[in-house]
Amino acid sequence: MAIEVRIPTLLRPYTGGAKAVDGHGATLAELIADLDARHPGIGERLLDDRGLRRFINVYLNDEDVRFLGGVDTAVSDGDSVTILPAVAGGAG
Amino acid sequence: MRYESLIDSVGSTPLIGLPRLSPSPRVRLWAKLEDRNPTGSVKDRAALAMVRSAEEAGTLHRGMTLLEPTSGNTGISLAMVAKLRGYRLVVVMPENTSAERRELLTMWGAEIVSSPAAGGSNEAVRVAKSLAAEHPDWVMLYQYGNPANAGAHYATTGPEILADLPTITHFVAGLGTTGTLMGVGRFLREKVPGVAVVAAEPRYGELVYGLRNLDEGFVPELYDPAVLTTRYSVGPHDALRRTRQLLEQEGIFAGISTGAILHAALGVAAKAEQAGQRADIAFIVCDGGWKYLSTGAYSGTLDEAEDAIEGQLWA
Repeated sequence: MAIEVRIPTLLRPYTGGAKAVDGHGATLAELIADLDARHPGIGERLLDDRGLRRFINVYLNDEDVRFLGGVDTAVSDGDSVTILPAVAGGAG
Repeated sequence: MRYESLIDSVGSTPLIGLPRLSPSPRVRLWAKLEDRNPTGSVKDRAALAMVRSAEEAGTLHRGMTLLEPTSGNTGISLAMVAKLRGYRLVVVMPENTSAERRELLTMWGAEIVSSPAAGGSNEAVRVAKSLAAEHPDWVMLYQYGNPANAGAHYATTGPEILADLPTITHFVAGLGTTGTLMGVGRFLREKVPGVAVVAAEPRYGELVYGLRNLDEGFVPELYDPAVLTTRYSVGPHDALRRTRQLLEQEGIFAGISTGAILHAALGVAAKAEQAGQRADIAFIVCDGGWKYLSTGAYSGTLDEAEDAIEGQLWA
């Protein structure tokens, strides 16, 4: 078992075009470090020195990790993590 | 109820119990029917408040032109207010929005500038900002950053909900401009200790997230995460399933964004039920389903409906 991570179009150049990749770790920070080891460069697109980048949203089983524990959020095998850029969506 | 004009009838919408969808008598769901506003959506509140605020500030006078980026409902609300108050309205709308929204805007007298489908409302905002720069005499109310948007919900939606449901424990609404959640959330947090403010954010098809680079990302200026308790991402399958469930079990014919909100509300309800806690959960019905009939959301199987709305801005 692993953690499934869904990758947005914008970051697929790092995953060889894959829409979803597997990763491991006990926290989101560890998971991102693992992703970066497998797909070099992706970590820097997700994080800056203050944590998640402003226009990056990460959801653990559909819940925004900023309201869980940020990069310290615990993750475990079987979880689903979705990365999306922050957009205006369909608002109004 | 009697009102002096249509504009005066904005708000004071009913709060409806959902006995069939509520998990138990201790954990209850309540739907705030914002489709009962004059143009059929929650956006009438923000549109009216933004126009009034600009009039009071002296920046908007009869005969002037309003400009707004909108995927539909705000444009329709502004078109109604603009017609009654004597303004011209230009809306910038992504081309991947439903046909009904375009027809309604045209009927109410708005002029439509289309923005590219890729990038969704991000592109509409960008195009509107460049039009505003070209036409300094036009007034862009800018729902994403106008405090009167959230202010309308702080002053009206929030107090209405609390008056009807003093035992409220959770408020759930859609996250777009963030105006509803910021306004109602702030009001409830001041009045109801421990109240949970829950955002349901629609998750669209890939086209909508098709930014060229991350610097083009967008967070509405109104957004303050400190007002929220949590935020859920809801995909089209769950949104459509709940939209149909609301109709089948409670008889409420709502738009697809309401399905996404109901999905988050039912998740919150299930958690409260499991924990053995009492809960009164109020959520927003943003609009009725009428404007989305042509999308195929209500016909065929769920999978067919999901395919049909792929790539569209369904909320």
